[in-house]
Amino acid sequence: MFITPALVLIGVFFVIPVLGALVLSFTDFDIYSIGNPADTRFIGLGNYRSLFADPLFWKALRNTAYYVVVGGPLSVVVSLAAALLVNARLIRWKPLFRSAFFAPWVTTLVAVALVWRYLYHPQYGLLNASLGLVGVGPIDWLGNPRWAMPAIILMSVWKNFGYNMLIFLAGLQTIPPQLYEAAELDGAGRWQRFRQVTVPMLGPTFVFVGVVTMIAAFQIFSEPYVMTQGGPLKSTLTLVLFMYEQGFRWWRLGFAAAVAVVLGLLTLAGTAVQLRLRRGGERVV
Amino acid sequence: MRRKLESIALHALVVMAAVLTAAPLLWMVSASFMRAGAATSSPPPLLPASHTATLEHYRALFTSQSLGRYLLNSLVIAGGGTLLGVAITAMAGYGFAKLRFRGRDPLFRNLVLLMVVPGQVAMLPMFLELRELGLINTLFGAMIPVLAPIYGVFLVRQYALSIPGDLLDAARIDGASEFRIFRSIVLPTIAPVLVTLGVFTFLSAWNDFMWPLIVLSDDARYTLPVALANLAGEHVQDTELMMSGAVVTVLPVFLAFLFLQRYYIQGIMAGSTKG
Repeated sequence: MFITPALVLIGVFFVIPVLGALVLSFTDFDIYSIGNPADTRFIGLGNYRSLFADPLFWKALRNTAYYVVVGGPLSVVVSLAAALLVNARLIRWKPLFRSAFFAPWVTTLVAVALVWRYLYHPQYGLLNASLGLVGVGPIDWLGNPRWAMPAIILMSVWKNFGYNMLIFLAGLQTIPPQLYEAAELDGAGRWQRFRQVTVPMLGPTFVFVGVVTMIAAFQIFSEPYVMTQGGPLKSTLTLVLFMYEQGFRWWRLGFAAAVAVVLGLLTLAGTAVQLRLRRGGERVV
Repeated sequence: MRRKLESIALHALVVMAAVLTAAPLLWMVSASFMRAGAATSSPPPLLPASHTATLEHYRALFTSQSLGRYLLNSLVIAGGGTLLGVAITAMAGYGFAKLRFRGRDPLFRNLVLLMVVPGQVAMLPMFLELRELGLINTLFGAMIPVLAPIYGVFLVRQYALSIPGDLLDAARIDGASEFRIFRSIVLPTIAPVLVTLGVFTFLSAWNDFMWPLIVLSDDARYTLPVALANLAGEHVQDTELMMSGAVVTVLPVFLAFLFLQRYYIQGIMAGSTKG
């Protein structure tokens, strides 16, 4: 059978582990269990109880929410702006600009996160040097708990906006030009054409981009791992980084699995809300 | 006249945005050629001072830091994973599009639903599973996430739906085996989407960080991103050396993208509107 290899792989290396995470989250699996799995006991909701009592978990959840709620929409707006710019009638060499905007997306995150770590350097970084030219005083981007998360968001928006830009471009190209002509004949200005034609016609694209961006945002790990190790003062500790540290640094796999389950549930809930909002929106339009 | 001004303004805007977007990557390349310590001076230089450009950091990476070994590991994992993954995914995508069997469509719908579950949820049990199977610290273990990507099955299926069923039936009547049909009719037809999928898979395997970080504990098995993150721990002061490492890590995927971007960009754009 043609589908068997794929189904076996997905079953063994995805479905079973996902269910396994659920089971694991009800056990006290830790470093001793690795040596002697028989040692593991079911402790019911014990991990969840300690999780919800752990201030670090709430910190990680807040930081992740910050990243999702600020970084997500920002990334969507920047991508849409880039798509509109590249798609503008008057612009020439479109493929060149499209590739230039898309380039960061294909690069290796660890490598460019390192590059940005130097760009953000308070003394020798290019960012502060440029800001200094317009009189903005040196900011310790990654060393200040207030600025570290915004700095990571800025870097991720730079890294990722090209992908959503392509999706928006695909959406823009499906809008029939007659709609714009008709709106223009009706005396609609540029902003009105954007509000009344572009935005509604891009509806499904917004849902796709919103869901994909949000799911990816919940999973943020490598940026803080490479740039800040979750600091300073845990201000960039994210859920997945928290899970990684608990699971693979301290080998509290049962506890970390509870974090994984919470992450999965949050992602599901977020997706459901976005799809629901979209359906509600359609009725209005 | 107004149109002309508008065009100039728009072009100024788009050029500025493109330069800003490219700036971090350009600086990465430039700093990798600077002499040790040159990048950390005030004001930070944009280019190596004249006649001081050097390849010493690249030489150091491949001699004292054994970057060649990590490059090879990354190539084996991303290359091998891509070949295996594309073959497995092509078969599955075709099967879901064109072969009739009981429960096919509900099964496919459930697979698509699974795409919402983040991969990280599976990582802890997967680590334990691979430990039991003796796959920890193996290059094969690091390939696993790209072997049967669900979005790939989805992508191939959408494409394979357009293969005419009559053509397949005619071949069956002529006595061709299912495997023969797949090889000589299906594969040539879906080749374009397989190239797209191949580029996607290669890039995601090459750029992946978290899973190789978990599954590869022995220094000799590290991929480039894992080695680079590790190196950054010890050599954070050596800006120029780190930037050379970043260039070596990014360059292969960047070249792959430049040469194959037609497939890549089309794939992303098609995937979004068909989905």
